[in-house]
Amino acid sequence: MFPNLDLFGTCYPESGPAGGRDDRGGEQMTLAFSSETEGRFQKLLARYPNRQAALIPTLILAVREFGYLSREAMAYVAQRLEVPHAQVLSTATFYTLLHKRPLGRHHIQVCMNVACYLKGADHLAHHLRERLGIGFGEVTSDGMFSLEGVQCLAACGTAPAIQINDDYHEDMTPAKVDALLDQLRRTSAPAPTQGGDQ
Amino acid sequence: MIASTDPTRGALLRCGPGESIDLARHRALGGFNALRKALAMSPDAVREQVKAANIRGRGGAGFPAGMKWGFLPKDNPKPRYLVINADEGEPGTFKDRYFLEQDPFVLLEGVIISAFAIGAHSAYIYVRGEFVRPIQRLEAAVEELYRAGILGRSVMGSPFALDVVVHPGAGAYICGEESALLESIEGKPGRPRVKPPFPAVVGLFGCPTIINNVETMACVRLVLEHGAERFLAMGLPKDGGPKVYGLSGHVKRPGLYEGPMGLSLRTLIYEYGGGTIDDKPIKGIIPGGSSTPVLRGDQIDVNMDFDSVKAAGSMLGTAAVTVFTEGTCPVAVLTRIARFYAHESCGQCTPCRDGTGWLERLVESIEHGHGRPGDCDLLLSAAGQILGNTICALGDAAAMPVISFVQQFRDDFEEHIRRGACPYGNKPEAH
Repeated sequence: MFPNLDLFGTCYPESGPAGGRDDRGGEQMTLAFSSETEGRFQKLLARYPNRQAALIPTLILAVREFGYLSREAMAYVAQRLEVPHAQVLSTATFYTLLHKRPLGRHHIQVCMNVACYLKGADHLAHHLRERLGIGFGEVTSDGMFSLEGVQCLAACGTAPAIQINDDYHEDMTPAKVDALLDQLRRTSAPAPTQGGDQ
Repeated sequence: MIASTDPTRGALLRCGPGESIDLARHRALGGFNALRKALAMSPDAVREQVKAANIRGRGGAGFPAGMKWGFLPKDNPKPRYLVINADEGEPGTFKDRYFLEQDPFVLLEGVIISAFAIGAHSAYIYVRGEFVRPIQRLEAAVEELYRAGILGRSVMGSPFALDVVVHPGAGAYICGEESALLESIEGKPGRPRVKPPFPAVVGLFGCPTIINNVETMACVRLVLEHGAERFLAMGLPKDGGPKVYGLSGHVKRPGLYEGPMGLSLRTLIYEYGGGTIDDKPIKGIIPGGSSTPVLRGDQIDVNMDFDSVKAAGSMLGTAAVTVFTEGTCPVAVLTRIARFYAHESCGQCTPCRDGTGWLERLVESIEHGHGRPGDCDLLLSAAGQILGNTICALGDAAAMPVISFVQQFRDDFEEHIRRGACPYGNKPEAH
């Protein structure tokens, strides 16, 4: 058994938050894993003695495939894993990384805990809010960025730290943050539709 | 081996920042010698060695690993599991990430030896979900070991079979609590189980399970490589081995350092860490992660081992030292810590679910200048009602910093309340 299923190899949807289809009215779509994600899902099932143990990794796959966990996405995971919908809801709502609403294409997590605080995290967070024009828990109107204050990222020796999607950026300063934002703006095309409507 | 002149290198920390050790380098450094030795022994003999080395668990509690292994029932026909806790999340702590990201083969060799010793044929490594890159690195390392015949049906040609699964967490500090971690692997919310039964008897999927920390695995490997006696000689008689120390906050050179168990805190901060930023006097030291009681700057002459730090009124925890200097408002520091535990309480036990929220709101109201006379005693009373009244240690972890900060820096808290503002001139922003 090769257990490496490259769970995080699934990219976030190109369209950013709009990739997470909204199930509160509007177009009704039937969700399904892409064939690539389906392959990962099948390998995942083989790793555990029961299907429910695959729930959290599957929800991670779903977040990456659909952008966030809509009710529809949770129902889809419940059906695929043959576990009660209530169990999926219970687990999905417990964990902060199992996002229940759309994010920006670049999701910025700012560590606000003690080691980062001592190295200027509050100042950094203030700077990010100003630069992006959004508060914690919000998405920019172009769907490009979302911002969140988070608890310890375990990068205390290189504080202050932020995480943008999968990558850590450490020893941050406002100037470094500005350079990062500029680079991200330059390298990504505008998101096709607006996100962050919740 | 440990008498290195560079404290960023040693027996545990084999490479510095920005470097990593691949499979070829691991072999060149004597990799798998320890595993080879173990496979030539009986599992009983391996367990005896680990017990003799008295490795105190590196996850924070300091419970001897060999003794923990001894709790496995001898006559239970169910499969046994080894679970590695890499859900590193205690604020101040960043040591396990090093092994996952920079030296995964040390961890994996320790895992194979430990699984062999306890008779487990499946090992799960539970890594916090934020660590996407470390997870990818670890998964790639696992795959390399399968290809090399070091994992799988026949470990290094022996009859011993082992599968290793890297399991991601999804953002919940409580899953670092071992029974919550098991719940999480089972696909449930991470709510700690009532104990007994302990995981060694009823653990993952209802089977006997041993849960160890990442650094503990690196220590197991060292014990097999060098023998229990030499391992013990690297630290203290009852608390042996080398130790990874984390240093963060107001120091000139924050980062990971290796020293013997029982290293002086002063040496760590002033020699390894280069002293404090702008050479300011130290106001407070959190010695082992945010849950451990804070020490004042003048309590720096303590040795960093489980018993000495305990005697000084705190805990070694994860040996993750966070330093703050004069001019730092302790109320502001405590607010961040209290907010953390309120955020991370799983909500299962009332004293913790409600109490952590009370602590957060009270400390925050003092920080924001709305404190009232009597709030210090109210904080102590509220924290005291959480302490010892919950299923798991998160309640204590939330209460201990509050009690210690108020006790150690009461003048600052009272001054904050009296002025209705921060005496250090902080103007806190609402979050």
